Amino acid sequence: MNVLSRLARHRFTWPLVALAALLLADVLHTPTFLNVRLQDGHLFGGPVDILRNAAPLLLVSLGMTLVIATRGIDLSVGAVLAISGAVACDVIASSSKPGSAGTVLWAIFLGCAICVVLGFGNGFLVAVVRIQPIIATLILMTAGRGIAMLITEGQITTVNSPPFATIGGGFWLGLPAAVIIAGLIFAAVAVGTRRTALGVLVESVGINPEASRLAGVRSTSILLAVYAASGLFAGVAGIMVASNVAAADANNAGLFIELDAILAVVLGGTLLTGGRFSLVGTLIGVLVIQTLTISVTIQGISGSVTPLFKALVVIAVFLLQSPVVRSKLRRRGGTAPPVAVPPALPTPSSDPVTGTAPETGTGPGTGTETDGARAGKVSS
Amino acid sequence: MASLMNRLRPAETVTDGPAVATARRLRLDQRYLPVVGSVVVLILMLVVGGTRYENFLSPLVMSNLLIDNSYIVVLAVGMTFVILTGGIDLSVGAVVALSGVLGARLFDAGWSAAVTIPAMVLVGTVVGLLVGVMVLVFDVQPFIATLAAMFLARGLCYVFAPESIPIRAKSITALGTTRWELGEWTLTPSGLISLLMVAGAFYLLHYSRFGRTVYAIGADEASARLMGLPVARTKLLVYVLAGSCSGIAGLLFAVSTRAAYSRNGIGMETTAIAAVVIGGTMLTGGSGYVLGSLLGVLALGLIQTMITFEGTLSSWWTSIFIGSLLFVFVVLQRVIVAGRT
Repeated sequence: MNVLSRLARHRFTWPLVALAALLLADVLHTPTFLNVRLQDGHLFGGPVDILRNAAPLLLVSLGMTLVIATRGIDLSVGAVLAISGAVACDVIASSSKPGSAGTVLWAIFLGCAICVVLGFGNGFLVAVVRIQPIIATLILMTAGRGIAMLITEGQITTVNSPPFATIGGGFWLGLPAAVIIAGLIFAAVAVGTRRTALGVLVESVGINPEASRLAGVRSTSILLAVYAASGLFAGVAGIMVASNVAAADANNAGLFIELDAILAVVLGGTLLTGGRFSLVGTLIGVLVIQTLTISVTIQGISGSVTPLFKALVVIAVFLLQSPVVRSKLRRRGGTAPPVAVPPALPTPSSDPVTGTAPETGTGPGTGTETDGARAGKVSS
Repeated sequence: MASLMNRLRPAETVTDGPAVATARRLRLDQRYLPVVGSVVVLILMLVVGGTRYENFLSPLVMSNLLIDNSYIVVLAVGMTFVILTGGIDLSVGAVVALSGVLGARLFDAGWSAAVTIPAMVLVGTVVGLLVGVMVLVFDVQPFIATLAAMFLARGLCYVFAPESIPIRAKSITALGTTRWELGEWTLTPSGLISLLMVAGAFYLLHYSRFGRTVYAIGADEASARLMGLPVARTKLLVYVLAGSCSGIAGLLFAVSTRAAYSRNGIGMETTAIAAVVIGGTMLTGGSGYVLGSLLGVLALGLIQTMITFEGTLSSWWTSIFIGSLLFVFVVLQRVIVAGRT
């Protein structure tokens, strides 16, 4: 019983239940959904589809997790994604040898480099000019698609380049290339933040920027790095998306991906108020959203209705996680003591990735009061 | 005045001596600075437009500026309330689409305008109520709650109408074609509704207890609660009000396009937020004016008008210019805040 009530309160439980329910619904509809088969040395099947389609969202969500951990938010990722695709496709389309590896590498480098600069610009506005993250990134969100249109001159730039097409649609070692790229970047971020002090520093900036500065944490550099990373990951995702359709669509590439990414991060248990973050949680959140998208199609419902189901999952998960419902669950369990900061419940230390994080010691002032925290940030 | 007192930090309220009077007058000026900035930019744009293009300053163009942007004005009014409490509303664009689609379906099913038009507004009210309940009872952050509402509304749109539906109802056509001539100036029912909404919001914010509580919550929610102000009720009302505004904007949008489509209003939330920010409302809450938001909408509308007059500039320059304007205003606000502390 104790285990059960603890399980009900673990922050991964409800997202995982949602994921399992979605997969179950798919299997009931298509019994072979979870089968993975090897064909021509490539893996195919439902789970592979989910992973491949989830790759761009996972990359964007990784950057978003770090940004949110610093108590920020990056609304510009969708626009940045579109710019990266536009730049890469423009370079390849205007090249005399669109099929050569050199051209493709140069295009990818240029696309990603511009995105790092854009992300750095966001970071500069947040860390140095001290503009609220939501507004600082809203500027690029508004202007970004216009810039992407400017690069593609309002057209959908199509490219015919086999090496470029491999990134989004090809296979390496039997696995989709996009999955391998996203997996490697995920591993790099996980190691970089959890096997070094970087992750803790990011969290400390999110919990209390002023205190971490006084403690000698170079919060300006960390903020700049985090926003630049978010830009870079969005750039890589943009290359993937453009490569997958062999075209740059400035209007529709990555439309609403910033919202999906924020949703994935929050579903994964990272609070929008900053501080402790969980990369594994974000991965779970991404899988829930992508599985939901694919499930809707499998059930034969028009893909346009997906937002409705997304809303239902979000509302269900958030209501189950909300303090009101949790305290009801607790009362039914009757054993667990009340917790000071309801959303940030302690996790069992058996979790290898998040277990290393210190408990976010947020006082009553910064617990759930976003407004108070925000006001404090501006006046500092 | 209560809102003003809320803005003052304790350290400032205890200062005394001859500097107080001048300091207070200066600070008051600074409070209006963002709005003054909006006015200056608006005048600059009018001057530039007037010298560059013929007929730019004609009553017809200026009347159309309000008429064409009337639904954005209504959205910005609702958004101003939400942002003043320190929240944000991402659902407005989707609610505009939902309201239009619902209206088109009800008209198709043979319902009269007396039922349909209130229903178009009420659907926004219901979404706002849902958001308010999520924020207050279940302690979901406004960002996430309105995001969920946005997905919900957008998804419902596709359920009601996967394709574009024309609205041929007589009442909507009448609302869309009525024009009142005042000399060379023109006003439409949509323009009038948007102006009435601004006037109503102005009254509510500056001359009612509700408005003072809104400012107090945005300035410092914990203090507002300790002062015994009805924080929960006011926040709920703010989201209901903003939702209703989105419903009204949906009606006005349907009147101007006379068609409903589930992809309508994508990106409208960004425009509304940008208008409110350019109008001088601080996103931290507690400071801003609804008249500023009206100016913000007009400034954004002027960008569109100027690009149309220029003729050779492609449509995507609109978003680049809006982004640039937003950038200038945000930095300006930041400088003001830095100067105040």
